Amino acid sequence: MSALGNIIKKELKELLTPSTILPVIIIALLFGTIGSSMEGIQEGFQEEPVLGYINEDDNNLSSIATSYLDNNSDIVFKSFDISDKQYGLEQVKQKEGLALIVIKENFSRDILNDSRGEIEVYWIMKGAGILDSISSEFTERIIGSLGSEISKFLIENNTTVNASIALWPTSRLDTTYFKDRVIELSPGTIAGMLSSQSTFIPIVIMMLIIFAGQMIISSMAMEKENKTLETLLTLPVKRTSIVTGKIAASASIGLLFAVIYMFGMRNYFQGFQMSGQLNLADYDLILTSQDFILVGISLFITLISALALCMLLGTFAKNYKSAQTLVFPVTMLAMIPMFITMFVDFDTLPLALKGFLFAIPFSHPMMAPRALIFNDYLLVIGGIIYVSIFAAVMIMLVVWVFKTDRLLTGSVKRYKFSIFRKRT
Amino acid sequence: MIAVEVKNLVKNYGSTEAVKGVSFNVDNGEIFGLIGPNGAGKTTALRVISTLLQITSGSVNILGFDLRKKPDEIRKLISYLPEDAGAYKNLTGRAYLRFIANFFGKNTQDIVSLGIEIANLGDRIDDKVDTYSKGMKRRLLVGRALMINPKLAILDEPTSGLDVVNAQEIRKIIKNTAIEGTAVLLSSHNMLEVEYLCDRIALIADGKIIEEGKPKFLMDKYSANNIEEVFVKVVK
Repeated sequence: MSALGNIIKKELKELLTPSTILPVIIIALLFGTIGSSMEGIQEGFQEEPVLGYINEDDNNLSSIATSYLDNNSDIVFKSFDISDKQYGLEQVKQKEGLALIVIKENFSRDILNDSRGEIEVYWIMKGAGILDSISSEFTERIIGSLGSEISKFLIENNTTVNASIALWPTSRLDTTYFKDRVIELSPGTIAGMLSSQSTFIPIVIMMLIIFAGQMIISSMAMEKENKTLETLLTLPVKRTSIVTGKIAASASIGLLFAVIYMFGMRNYFQGFQMSGQLNLADYDLILTSQDFILVGISLFITLISALALCMLLGTFAKNYKSAQTLVFPVTMLAMIPMFITMFVDFDTLPLALKGFLFAIPFSHPMMAPRALIFNDYLLVIGGIIYVSIFAAVMIMLVVWVFKTDRLLTGSVKRYKFSIFRKRT
Repeated sequence: MIAVEVKNLVKNYGSTEAVKGVSFNVDNGEIFGLIGPNGAGKTTALRVISTLLQITSGSVNILGFDLRKKPDEIRKLISYLPEDAGAYKNLTGRAYLRFIANFFGKNTQDIVSLGIEIANLGDRIDDKVDTYSKGMKRRLLVGRALMINPKLAILDEPTSGLDVVNAQEIRKIIKNTAIEGTAVLLSSHNMLEVEYLCDRIALIADGKIIEEGKPKFLMDKYSANNIEEVFVKVVK
């Protein structure tokens, strides 16, 4: 073999190990799964939205609107009587529909008398994730086109309607039913207002977990690499004290992170509440002081569980380099809930995925703020209890490892998967 | 009085037998050397005796305490210096000695003072460990190991990486420590060091003790001029 070939072979042997290949495969699978989900959602958009309508007007212009709806959406409820509104909403909800449209009485007459015809839209909002709000935007477009159809009719028939009314003949009033709350806004506006929970919070928490995790795994690895751990373990101090001391110190740093994070988040929220035309407080879409405390507890407990898990992983690290690989499972456990909570609301997930998300301890502080805005205390407190148990189990496991040879010998049986392994 | 009593000590790593039924004693005030090639089981034996690793079978009694039952009591009486030991890089030499001394009760200041005296680093004791040379680091660690006046000092290659002058200084300190009553159990590759330091030695190969005795006795027994020759003859 040539010198160059020899070097290339050696480099490939060092680089192509299970610990380097596995992360790439998992990330590829993760993005592949996200891509497939997006494809499924896009296909869903091409289908006609499920709607219902009540035509109180039942006249020529409202008929244009209902004909358009009939042709461009899947109508699951039709009525001419406003007293059917509640029943209609239930029907639409039952059939996974998005909205019930009410064309008000005198709709046609108002337009012909140079007033805008009133349309009321009762939205059924399922989630506030990025993907959840896309389906309502598609429906918004159809509802917006109703006015265009009427404008076309008015212009084509040379009616004497005022030009501005002819161009914009309808006015709309939105009411959204979302998580047992009735909000006088469209789903798009609500999703926009809650976008901070959808994007900002999961990203920050993911970064916090990875940063803190990397710190403690590296610290454990450095103790081993610098051979300070051996000395520490022969000193007159109990193993449990060493573990408790390390966890307590890391937890203090975790607490500091949580306080900094909460301070930043509170300011961020306050900025959103007062900025723009809408005040979140007017719609009761804010966190109370009690809610902030719960979010803080959730975050702190999660950080402890992350640190304990990382410390457990760190016990297997032989040196600083191997520690970097061991951060990978923690990174994945932080990234998966981040992506899911960014794109989809917990409530709109299938049961299996809900269980999966709940089982990942790092999901809980990501889900907590939105859950608390909508008073879902069960999810948040249940999450805190679950993560506390997870953290306690992790700490017990770390103490156990500290009492065995495994800490120093790192005696995990490793099977060689190297493609260069010689056959014997 | 016997400080260390090792009987049929076996230590396995999974299916690998690192120590295969080793027995020896170390008396108070005695320097006992474990001599052997790389991978012979010296460090494993020392790690077991220093409570770092669990015993597979056999028994170890240190200063009247059974190693299996009373490791916490034993840790109060021993001091272990691993071969490639390090210190916390962000601490100064003095802060490192104080950190260790804090585990040993009330006379922290006296312990630290003795550690500084043994380490003999001058003003550099207040510099960060990160800035120390290999020799300085080793001297700090020897100071750390001996400053607590342990009943048993377990020293794995105590002069490893030191230059001749520093190594000689450390050997003198070890000798004086034993004179004051500390039992010293050490391992070394350096046969001259072993001959100079040890009252008794055990030659270990492939996890077993193959010869044991005073250096002079072994040299006479094998008609050798030094321990190195003894070692070669015994291993052959």
